[in-house]
Amino acid sequence: MEVTQVLLSAQAVDATVRKHAEDTLKQFQDQNLPGFLLSLSGELASEEKPIESRKLAGLILKNALDAKEQHRKYELVQRWLSLDVAVKGQIKACLLQTLSSSVPDARSTASQVIAKVASIELPQKQWPELIGSLLSNIHQVPPHVKQATLETLGYLCEEVVPDVVDQDHVNKILTAVVQGMNANEGNNEVRLAATRALYNALSFAQANFSNDMERDYIMRVVCEATLSPEVKIRLAAFECLVSIGSTYYEKLTPYIQDIFNITLKAVREEEEPVALQAIEFWSSVCDEEIDILEEYGGEFTADSDVPCYHFIKQALPALVPMLLETLLKQEEDQDQDDGAWNLAMAGGTCLGLVARTVGDDIVPLVMPFIEENITKPDWRQREAATYAFGSILEGPSPDKLTPIVNVALNFMLTALTNDPSSHVKDTTAWTLGRIFEFLHGSTMETPIITPENCQQIITVLLQSMKDVPNVAEKACGALYFLAQGYEDLGSSSSLMPYFQEIVQSLLNVTHREDAGESRLRTAAYETLNEVVRCSTEETARLVSELVQVIMAELHKTLEGQKLSSDEREKQNELQGLLCGCLQVIIQKLGASNTAKYAFMQYGDQIMNLLLRVFACRSATVHEEAMLAIGAFAYATGPNFAIFLPEFYKYLEMGLQNFEEYQVCAVTVGVVGDICRALEGKILPYCDGIMTQLLKDLSSNQLHRSVKPPIFSCFGDIALAIGENFEKYLMYAMPMLQSAAELSAHTSGVDDEMIEYTNLLRNGILEAYSGIFQGFKNTPKTQLLFPYAPHILQFLDSIYMEKDMDDVVMKTAIGVLGDLADTLGSNAGSLIQQSVSSKDFLNECLSSDDHLIKESAEWARLAISRAISV
Amino acid sequence: MATHELRRPFKRPAISDQQRRREISLQRQAQNRRDAQHQARCLASTILTLQPAQYEPAEPDLQLQSETELIPELEIESQEHRRDLRDIDDVRQASRLKGVEARQWFAKQLMLPEWMIDVPERLNTDWYVFARPAGKRCFVVSSNGTTISRLRNGSMLHRFPSALPSGARTSKSSHSGQSYCILDCIFHEPDQTYYVIDMVCWAGMSLYECTTEFRFFWLNSKLVETGACDAPSSYHKFRFSTVPIYNCDQEGLNAAYTGPVPYVKDGLLFCNKHAHYQSGNTPLILVWKDENCSQYVIDTDSKGQVPNKQQVVLELLFDGKLATSDDPPVIFGCLNEDFIQEV
Repeated sequence: MEVTQVLLSAQAVDATVRKHAEDTLKQFQDQNLPGFLLSLSGELASEEKPIESRKLAGLILKNALDAKEQHRKYELVQRWLSLDVAVKGQIKACLLQTLSSSVPDARSTASQVIAKVASIELPQKQWPELIGSLLSNIHQVPPHVKQATLETLGYLCEEVVPDVVDQDHVNKILTAVVQGMNANEGNNEVRLAATRALYNALSFAQANFSNDMERDYIMRVVCEATLSPEVKIRLAAFECLVSIGSTYYEKLTPYIQDIFNITLKAVREEEEPVALQAIEFWSSVCDEEIDILEEYGGEFTADSDVPCYHFIKQALPALVPMLLETLLKQEEDQDQDDGAWNLAMAGGTCLGLVARTVGDDIVPLVMPFIEENITKPDWRQREAATYAFGSILEGPSPDKLTPIVNVALNFMLTALTNDPSSHVKDTTAWTLGRIFEFLHGSTMETPIITPENCQQIITVLLQSMKDVPNVAEKACGALYFLAQGYEDLGSSSSLMPYFQEIVQSLLNVTHREDAGESRLRTAAYETLNEVVRCSTEETARLVSELVQVIMAELHKTLEGQKLSSDEREKQNELQGLLCGCLQVIIQKLGASNTAKYAFMQYGDQIMNLLLRVFACRSATVHEEAMLAIGAFAYATGPNFAIFLPEFYKYLEMGLQNFEEYQVCAVTVGVVGDICRALEGKILPYCDGIMTQLLKDLSSNQLHRSVKPPIFSCFGDIALAIGENFEKYLMYAMPMLQSAAELSAHTSGVDDEMIEYTNLLRNGILEAYSGIFQGFKNTPKTQLLFPYAPHILQFLDSIYMEKDMDDVVMKTAIGVLGDLADTLGSNAGSLIQQSVSSKDFLNECLSSDDHLIKESAEWARLAISRAISV
Repeated sequence: MATHELRRPFKRPAISDQQRRREISLQRQAQNRRDAQHQARCLASTILTLQPAQYEPAEPDLQLQSETELIPELEIESQEHRRDLRDIDDVRQASRLKGVEARQWFAKQLMLPEWMIDVPERLNTDWYVFARPAGKRCFVVSSNGTTISRLRNGSMLHRFPSALPSGARTSKSSHSGQSYCILDCIFHEPDQTYYVIDMVCWAGMSLYECTTEFRFFWLNSKLVETGACDAPSSYHKFRFSTVPIYNCDQEGLNAAYTGPVPYVKDGLLFCNKHAHYQSGNTPLILVWKDENCSQYVIDTDSKGQVPNKQQVVLELLFDGKLATSDDPPVIFGCLNEDFIQEV
């Protein structure tokens, strides 16, 4: 089939022509996949064809090999692997041939497709000759081919995981790349491709970075490339430096002085994109040191992988002045532009990270700059001084900061009221928020906010909430942290006398015409939520009144008919904010018995509104409304039963939502809430719910993070319906069993995987707990007996694995007790044979964690009974 | 390979309020799940420890029997629900027994010390010591919205509202009906305070079979949380207090012996860390008295003068042992068998 014309038509302006061409391509693909892919690769390789059709051919090929969505990606990989070897060989030959094309776009497209094929085949130990053939004659080929080859290597390193490329090939790739980067390389395109390739190849270079000579050489070439006359090469070289700063932090010592000089010069003299990378280098070094210091508390012990070299502390005297200079390079409109990122923003952010890294040491270095600039006539200087102050509030000790803040607070409040510049007011309000976030709260020894200055602070913030949107948004943020600081104080909170005034001001903000700008409306509702969370018994009546206001607002959003898609999106967003607020109020009032009864009179109305919010959408459910329902079910208790018939369809819809996994997860949590609220009365709905949960578990489309809560939910259901769970055992138990087998061993995987495995274990164990307790004292306990050996074995194996966290430990030892409690003497000898009943139990009994200890004491009691009778 | 994104969050909190709401919601759900699970487990623990005491203490076989007997009576459909009620009844009966029954039950429940007549092995590592408050030894039971204290002989000392779980009928109390507490206390008249010296049941959870170490840990972490140690108020008639407990090393002994306490001391109590709560006299609790730490070492007359002669009342026990009628009794001799035969 002649695809050129079809490929060109698929890019036609005329929609009908385009549609027809797309259908033709689709048909071709469905009918004869090998032929289709061969045609595309032939098209891409052919120098006679127009570039437009060649590019599209390459793009379709690429999309036939990879997809964003995990499940689809897996299908495509399997499809490619099952193709005829000869066909694949021919396609790959075409791709490699295209690298020599005289047309840059064709070469570049081929590079990307080759990398995709490699990412499928290399892990399968196929196409072993690829890297060899790419590199075989790299020194003899013309520059444009060399460039394409290096670009291919770059994409390849981006796509492929390091452990499928053997060290010999890694060495060859690095040699080619580093030679391409060398200053002797006359062709800038080649040098650029090589520098960009190095960025991706760095993660392959562990062994090479451990060798002093090789590392010295790589570092020299990278540093030289930062001096290239070509800005793109300098930028790529700085990107490499940033990546080296975090990937090879522990190897930086010999180079840090040179890198400092290079970055200092770049920040002062370079074009902005390059200067931003230079700042980013120091930000990532801060990230590394903060992580190390947090993890090991500053002490380098035998357990720590990497010591902290205190590069930031050493560079401090020169680094801080350089960063302070950048603060004066603000852009006029940066506060209104959400996408803005400039030197001043990057410099201030880096300054904040430096403060977190070194703590008190930064204060004397920054204070003179603040004092000198804060009263200057030029807004840039005042703003820079304020931003510097705000940036260093996290990190240094309260002892160091409190005296300074006590002096500065009044100045800030005056500036927020009177400064003529919005930039200055924006940063001032943000700085106040940071003061409240880090230096105000029940844990502070010397409070910076007293009943005396509290009124002034609130007056200024509420006034400032009428300012331009970006300033008002920061004022809301400051109020958020002010309220948060009173969270533990209860009735002694100095905020409570102003509760009504604050709530009214925030509601006024949400009604501003321009509340859609600078996420002002969102900020106002978030602050309202925080104020409600931190409210006390005395203001419970006012919170109840707020319920009516929020309900009225929610009602208004339901009135609009035939909305445009833009209006619908706005409605959706507003409903989200209002449901979020309702959720917080319900949770607050639901926790207090007196307030709960007062507000339950609105129960019907609230539920009806939430149901109408659900009804606004046809295919999906509203996550925020679902969260609110969970809080509502918990507060309502058994009375929730009357709402369930109408709510049930949305519950099911939420459980079916694979795509928005957060929604699915939230809905699973709500099932648990309803189980606890209704107990046995949930039984009529359990068939539907269990069916859906089991479907979710067997789906490979569902995000893995939802699986642990689904298992826990099994436990919730079993505990609620007791022995009626019998009919689900034959489905649930095998699933739990196979998940248990998978999660028993985690050897040799990364932290993230261990964390997930522990979440999964906890979910499985909570399911077992709920099932055992649900069946306890019923005639059907013997149905569980066949599962006992496996469960005990699971407990033993996670104990032996020695990588469970405290939560799993607590749940696991609890399951041991539940098993003994429910199965009693029948399981006595089984229990006695298990390691868990001895070593594991003893370990838990002597734990410092009182939750573990409590579960263990309970397990000991249950076991002693099971084996004594 | 485009330029790599390096924008960092600017003037923004690290997490969104929505994320915070999700997390708070998850925390609440996890807590609710723990509570539900805990409640289910308590149903077992309470049957285990209280029910046999109600029928016939110290016969473990009966536990099993009485527990299994419950089941056939119940209809399958509403079993879950009904069983709860049954258990509540069982639990409450124990704490609601009246008159003779109550006296008998409570008289059997207190754990009583023996005199310290030698130094136990591993005293410094395995034992706690504290200064015993002078006053009325009693059990304090909070259940179903009221609190009752009963003396050693089982008679009632006070009936009052307290901040203990289920200890008062307040709207604030979120504890369910099966939540109840049994505390081993000494009522100290001068400051009208219940000094809690041991915790037997807490919020429906039995601690009978827990080690002293755990019970004291639990006592110290839970009691304050409830507000029971706050000053008296309308729903909280008497203040409760813990006593300072020390490890039995030199420092701890010295602190317990000479350290200031807000109450009048009546000797030192030594408790073995591994002991379970056990009714009656036990060698795992020992009491020491001398003139420095107790005012009740030797008799005084009504004017506080020490008389010339100290009196002692002796008892001949059934098995021929001769004991003082002190509390606890001291056995200092035994009639030989021949003599008993002759009598």
